[in-house]
Amino acid sequence: MKYEAPSTIDDAIALLADAQAAASVLSGGTDLLVRMRADMAAPGAIVDIKRIPALNEITETADGWRIGAAVPSAVMSEHDGLARDWPGVVEAAALIGSTQVQGRATLAGNLCNASPAADSVPAMVAASAKVEIAGPGGTRTVPVEEIPTGPGKTSLAAGEFVTAILLPKRAALSGDAYLRFIPRTEMDIAVAGCGIALSLDDTGTCQSARVALGAVGPTVILAADAASALIGTKLDDAALEALAAACSAAATPIDDKRGTAAYRKHVIGVLAKRAAKIAYARAGETA
Amino acid sequence: MSQIHVTTRLNGDETEFLCDAQETLLDVLRNRLGLTGAKEGCGTGDCGACSVTVDGRLVCSCLMLGAEAVGREIETVENMADGETLHPLQRKFLEHAALQCGICTPGILVAAKSLLEQNPSPTEEEARYWLAGNLCRCTGYDKIIRAVMDAAEEMRRAS
Repeated sequence: MKYEAPSTIDDAIALLADAQAAASVLSGGTDLLVRMRADMAAPGAIVDIKRIPALNEITETADGWRIGAAVPSAVMSEHDGLARDWPGVVEAAALIGSTQVQGRATLAGNLCNASPAADSVPAMVAASAKVEIAGPGGTRTVPVEEIPTGPGKTSLAAGEFVTAILLPKRAALSGDAYLRFIPRTEMDIAVAGCGIALSLDDTGTCQSARVALGAVGPTVILAADAASALIGTKLDDAALEALAAACSAAATPIDDKRGTAAYRKHVIGVLAKRAAKIAYARAGETA
Repeated sequence: MSQIHVTTRLNGDETEFLCDAQETLLDVLRNRLGLTGAKEGCGTGDCGACSVTVDGRLVCSCLMLGAEAVGREIETVENMADGETLHPLQRKFLEHAALQCGICTPGILVAAKSLLEQNPSPTEEEARYWLAGNLCRCTGYDKIIRAVMDAAEEMRRAS
C-alpha cells in the first residue's frame, strides 16, 4: 500500500484517477482504518486529503457555509457562527463517537461511509445541505440525499471525492434540530435518528419543513408527508401526532441487534415530535 | 516495500522515524520509538487506551497512520510528568486509587489533561461525557471522576 498526501485538489484527482492503484480517500480515518484492520478494505493506496488547505476550512460564503471535507466535528462544535446558524447539524456531528473520534471524524466521511445509521446525514438532509464533488470530469454539486445509495454504497463515480459540504444561508425565523435514540447516553450507534429543519412566518405558522429519518431504511429517508404534516400549523398536538404517524409510515426499518422494526417505526415518530419542537423553538429565537 | 520517512515533533522534541504506509501512529510509538505508555485496547477507536494529542487535539493513535504525523505536534503520556514530579492528575489518580490494572490509565490521563486545558472547571457531567470514549473495566469510573475533579480544583487554585 502507498500513502499519498497531496496538497492540491488536482493532485488528489490525479492520484485517485489511477485505477491500478485502487486508492481510498483518507480524511478522518475513523471508519477507513477500522475497515482496513478488519480486512474489510485493502486499498492499494491511501490519498490523505488533510494536507489540502481549503479542505480544512469552515468559511461563510454569500450562499451560506462551506465546510471542507477534512474538517473534524470537534472543530465544527467550536465554531460559534456555524453552531449559531445550524445547531442541528453541529449537534448531530457532535454525537458521532467519542471526544477522540470527534477530533478526526468528518461530515464528508460520515456521508461517504454510507452507514444507514450515520448521525450527521439526516441533519444535513433536513438542512438542505449540498455536497461539492471533485473528480476527473470536473466539479459537481449535488444534494446530500443523492450520495448514499445503500448500506456502504454511494453514487460517487470512480475517482470522485467530496471536497466540501455546503449549508445554505440560515433564513430568518428558521431552525433545525437532530435527535437520535440509543440505549445508553454516549458512544453508540443510532437505533433511529431524526433531523428536522423548518421556517416560520411572523405569526409562528410553519411555512416550510424538511424531515429526514436515519437508521430506519437502507438510506436516509426524506419524508415529504411528515413535512406536510407541519406546514401550515403552529405545531399543535394534532400536527405533531400527524408528523409522528407520517414518520412511522415512511420508515422501512429492519430487525437487528439494535432494535426491532416495530420498535424503530414507533420511536422514529417520538423522536420527530421532540426534534420538531426543538427546531420550532430555535426558529422563534431567530426572530 | 519502501518505507516512509517522517519528521514530527514528539513531546517537544523533533523526531524522525521510518514506517510502513499502513502502520498506525500507535504502532510507531510503541514498536519503533519505544513509547509504550499508549496502549492498544481495541484497535478500533472504541476504548481510548491509545489516546494522544495531535496539534493539541485529543485523538486515538490507533485510528491515525504514522505517515500522517509529518510536521505535527504529538504529545503522549510520557510527557505529563516533569522529571520526577508527577502532573497533578497523575498524583490525584494515585491518591484516589483511580486505577487497578492500569491499562486504561495512560489514555485517561491524556484525555483528562486535554479536558482541563479546554475547560479548567468542568462539571462532573462534562467530565464524564468527555471521558466517555475511555473505557475502564476495573474501577467503575467513580474514582477516576473523583480524581479528575480533585485535580481540576487543585490546578485552579494553583493558577
